[in-house]
Amino acid sequence: MNTGPLFKHGGILAAFAIVTTGLIALTFQGTKDRIAEQVLAKRLAILNEVIPTTMHDNALYTDCIVVQSEQLGGQQSVYRSRLNGEVNGMAIEATAKNGYSGDIDMIVGVDSAMQVKGVRVLQHKETPGLGDKVELSVSDWILSFNEQTYTPSNRALWRVKKDGGQFDQFTGATITPRAVVNTVADTLEYAQKNWDQLATTASNCEGAS
Amino acid sequence: MSNLKDTLQTLSIEGLWKNNPALVQLLGLCPLLAVTATFINGLGLGLATLFVLVGANVTVSVVRQWVPNDIRIPVFVMIIAAYVTVIELLMNAFTYNLYLALGIFIPLIVTNCAIIGRAEAYASKQPPHLAAYDGFVMGLGFALVLMLLGGMREIFGAGTLFAGADRLFGDIASDWTIVVFQTDNPFLLAILPPGAFIGMGLIIALKNYIDSVYKSRVESESITKVERARVTAES
Repeated sequence: MNTGPLFKHGGILAAFAIVTTGLIALTFQGTKDRIAEQVLAKRLAILNEVIPTTMHDNALYTDCIVVQSEQLGGQQSVYRSRLNGEVNGMAIEATAKNGYSGDIDMIVGVDSAMQVKGVRVLQHKETPGLGDKVELSVSDWILSFNEQTYTPSNRALWRVKKDGGQFDQFTGATITPRAVVNTVADTLEYAQKNWDQLATTASNCEGAS
Repeated sequence: MSNLKDTLQTLSIEGLWKNNPALVQLLGLCPLLAVTATFINGLGLGLATLFVLVGANVTVSVVRQWVPNDIRIPVFVMIIAAYVTVIELLMNAFTYNLYLALGIFIPLIVTNCAIIGRAEAYASKQPPHLAAYDGFVMGLGFALVLMLLGGMREIFGAGTLFAGADRLFGDIASDWTIVVFQTDNPFLLAILPPGAFIGMGLIIALKNYIDSVYKSRVESESITKVERARVTAES
């Protein structure tokens, strides 16, 4: 049996594999820090949109805990905003499971008086042109949550207008805004019920220092 | 040197028009149809594909003497995959928002048959400088179709052009968006995937129409010259 070409071809393939993998490894090393910076900057920018920078003096992304809750749609991160060490607000990630197509990931910023500081949709697959108005880059609808205060007695207002609440739905798309409004309300209810526990748990998430 | 000039000219005509990877070879349709909802997305993916095509073509051409015929395909695939991964890392690092917008379609450049097609059909038989030029015009031909389709869908769908230019060019481009017309209700058909198929069909039809007009003009000219009917019988 002639095994000559077998080893020759195997060797050539191996050589190419080593060179190409080496090139990728080099690029990875070269861009690693920059990519981490970009991811962090993006995360920070969003956190700062839902928790005003004037409200806190701590590094939000390192002061966070991971929680598990049905109300928030599974496992989520909670970022605590502190002024002089005192927790005065939180940015809570939540997932709406009842969107029009797939999950809608969002983050809700709220202060200790249960006043919403900001809501942003992080990721969604809603219909372009209809449901995607929940994105700030498409429509400023998401800003209608700002400065609204949640109390257990006004929960009925935390619905779209079609359901008797105070938030607009979109022409031709009710399911998406309904899912977002309901999830924001659930998140606020969760925050209010578990505030002390959320505020006192030691940081335990990935970015924690 | 006129020989080289002729070759380059032939390559340009092939890549940009006669054998355009998107319009004639119909290769790489998956990313082509999926990301062209806006002009900038099309441009971003077009540029990424262009870089991969040039890089892969040059590398394949340089190593062509050392790669035995039997294992050329796995070697080409490795080279292409390496380039795509490098481009993906670079986009992740330097155009992060565009990277997020294009998502899965950057790694999917690997599966763009136009790239392995050019490696196999051209670069593996030609010297590096010609392979580089071939990769460039083929990539340019592909990118132009992406931009045309993206621009069409963006104008008809959302009434804007160059929306999201800052994703590619940074903050200086944040006010480059041109509003063609204002609308609260975008034309969904153009934005959703069916719009991509319809737009693509229209572009191909237009190209074929131009070709047939050109051909009949050439034919009628040759008829008057030679005074003989039906010079070319092929269809």
